[in-house]
Amino acid sequence: MSSETKQILTTDGIPLEVSLKKAEKKNKIKAFLLVAPLLFFLIITYVFPIGDMLFRSVDDKMVTQMLPKTFKAMENWDGQELPDEEVFAAFHEDFIKLVEDKREGKLSTQLNYTKNGFKSIIKKLRRASKKFEEGNYKEQIMAVHKRWADVEYWRAIQRRAPEFTGQKYLKGMDMYVNEEGKIVSVEEDRRIHRVLWLRTLEIAFFVTVFCFLMAYPIAHLLATLPMKYSNLLMICVLLPFWTSLLVRTASWMILLQQQGIVNDFFVGIGLVADDNRPEMMYNKTGSYVAMTQILLPFMVLPLYSVMKTISPSLMRAGKSLGGTPFVAFWKVYFPLTIPGIGAGCLLVFILAIGYYITPALVGGASGTLISNQIAFHMKSTLDWSFASAMGLMLLSGVLVIYWLYNKIVGIDNIKLG
Amino acid sequence: MASKKDFVKFDKVDKSYDGKVLVVKDLQLDIAEGEFITMLGPSGSGKTTCLMMLAGFETPTNGEIYLDGKAISSIPPHKRGIGMVFQNYALFPHMTVYENLAFPLRVRKIPKDEADKKIDKALSMVSLQGFAARMPGQLSGGQQQRVAVARSLVFDPQLVLMDEPLGALDKNLRESMQYEIKHIHESIGVTVVYVTHDQSEALTMSNRIAVFNDGKVQQLSSPDELYEKPVNSFVAEFIGENNTFGGEVSDISEGKCKVKLANAEIIANPISVKGKGERTTVSLRPERALINPSTKMDNLHKGKIEEVIYHGDHTRVRINLLGNPEFILKVPNSSSNLDIKLGNEIKIGWNSDDARALDPK
Repeated sequence: MSSETKQILTTDGIPLEVSLKKAEKKNKIKAFLLVAPLLFFLIITYVFPIGDMLFRSVDDKMVTQMLPKTFKAMENWDGQELPDEEVFAAFHEDFIKLVEDKREGKLSTQLNYTKNGFKSIIKKLRRASKKFEEGNYKEQIMAVHKRWADVEYWRAIQRRAPEFTGQKYLKGMDMYVNEEGKIVSVEEDRRIHRVLWLRTLEIAFFVTVFCFLMAYPIAHLLATLPMKYSNLLMICVLLPFWTSLLVRTASWMILLQQQGIVNDFFVGIGLVADDNRPEMMYNKTGSYVAMTQILLPFMVLPLYSVMKTISPSLMRAGKSLGGTPFVAFWKVYFPLTIPGIGAGCLLVFILAIGYYITPALVGGASGTLISNQIAFHMKSTLDWSFASAMGLMLLSGVLVIYWLYNKIVGIDNIKLG
Repeated sequence: MASKKDFVKFDKVDKSYDGKVLVVKDLQLDIAEGEFITMLGPSGSGKTTCLMMLAGFETPTNGEIYLDGKAISSIPPHKRGIGMVFQNYALFPHMTVYENLAFPLRVRKIPKDEADKKIDKALSMVSLQGFAARMPGQLSGGQQQRVAVARSLVFDPQLVLMDEPLGALDKNLRESMQYEIKHIHESIGVTVVYVTHDQSEALTMSNRIAVFNDGKVQQLSSPDELYEKPVNSFVAEFIGENNTFGGEVSDISEGKCKVKLANAEIIANPISVKGKGERTTVSLRPERALINPSTKMDNLHKGKIEEVIYHGDHTRVRINLLGNPEFILKVPNSSSNLDIKLGNEIKIGWNSDDARALDPK
């Protein structure tokens, strides 16, 4: 670079940069208008809802807004012993308002998430509150149920004071904030999520490995066969794409069940005894088999597109220079397919880690994944904030893998087509 | 050099890919040690197939190939020890120039210091010292080609095959590379089998040229003989420029024959005609015909100038001569005293020795 940069002018005396910007402005606007519909669509259907769901995972305004006076009064409470009359009066005032609006049920659901046992005592409180006399609410509320006289339950209410909370994330890791405000794990026999996370990672990893082992030779064949055979093979690879995912999974259910075709075959060739047919469905095996088959094309296609660009003369060169077919493959061909391997593995792993329908249908109890748990909370418990917290954890897991991949292989080394 | 006359020997080799068409028919070819031999021919003539059979990537359907006296059909490519330069260089894109050259040495388990010496030598041979750390993608086409040549030579093979190695280069680079490869061949004395469809490349570089057409060697001889004395019309047509007259032999005697054309008769040198009444194509190189010849020539005819094209060092003149409107003459521009103008009638003469009566087209 020269030390002094002179401003370059056009023939008309306008600075070149200004002139260039002017000339390109029209093209830029045109380009933006072309992508604008999609951008708009993406913002409405993707960025906004996902952002909203993610916000939900930390949002805890509901309880804050339902008990505003209580939390105001609790600011002076140290949480050691039962709060004084001021808090009880404020709570009574908030509660009466909720009962008028018929929203006390929501409060009981929310508080029950924090501590079991709120549902019944809030129901009791609603009934009792109709006969409450003015003044000395502390006595009256504590008389409704003995839990109302338990400081633990008041601490549980206090924990819901902040507008934002990370407790859903802790719950996703089978942890919670205990009475002393420390983060601890739940009891051994109640840890369900950690098992699911590990199983999800394990199944995604092995499905990726199986897909790779099966796809590599197929992709190689696809890339090297003459056109008329490779077209047919390509159709075979793509055929699953044209069949409904549900139909394919259901077919696996027919094939893998205990009286199914695969088991019949094993019995037929004498591999297993008729009265001792192995269970290949409603467990991990089912998830492995069905997911590998369904995700296979996602591995074949990136591999194929990379292998297609590798000139056959490279392998020939390797051999003519004295390399055995294996050396030529390992030193020449294989390193050149790494971008495809990376792309395929990343794609399959990311898809597998969030897989839902197949494990739900053939996975049974021991073959379900974290996504099934997310769906369960979306549909059954309606704890959307917990579902979105786990969704975000899944997303960050994927991003971590992506980051790792970038560190190890380099993301510019990826090739999808 | 030339210590062994049949260092490489194709013995009655046939090759068919589909069991219906023979791509190579009954190939009989001996290549001497240290020779630079070129297989020249149009695409689809079977020349590359021959090279691939020699390299071991194709197997002969029938017949046998011998390398240094040993039959090689059952030896896999990596054990043949033949260097090869490919059409698109086939450099390993993920390895540096050094690693590319080290590949054949590493698989042969040659110790590193010895290998380094060989690599240095090979790189200096193609004047690419200092490029060892570059990736092939960072080199120009010509440099990549030189790396490919160096790689094919670095493990000291006795035989190097080159499959249209200069096809992807531009004209000037191609010419300088031709000389470079020729000089390398001369300095190390390796046997080279070179495949090309570019006749000027073949003429420049080779000791001998095998002209392929239709799966057969049409003629195998030195470049000058190939050009001066083609044995059939295909070779005459394929190598260099060529004026032809189609006619019938009317008389034949003492190494001369008369050929009757539509409306004239010319005297020619009978090469592949045996007797009277045979159809023939007479072939005459453009530079062998002279305008207003000062010496006596046994063919002298009048023609009309149809087109004059200036070519710098010479002028191409198209003449309608004896019913052939495509008769081409090359006139050196130093002899500008000649009256070459469009539409002029001029006298054109040539010796009957140079007019070769070959098989009819």
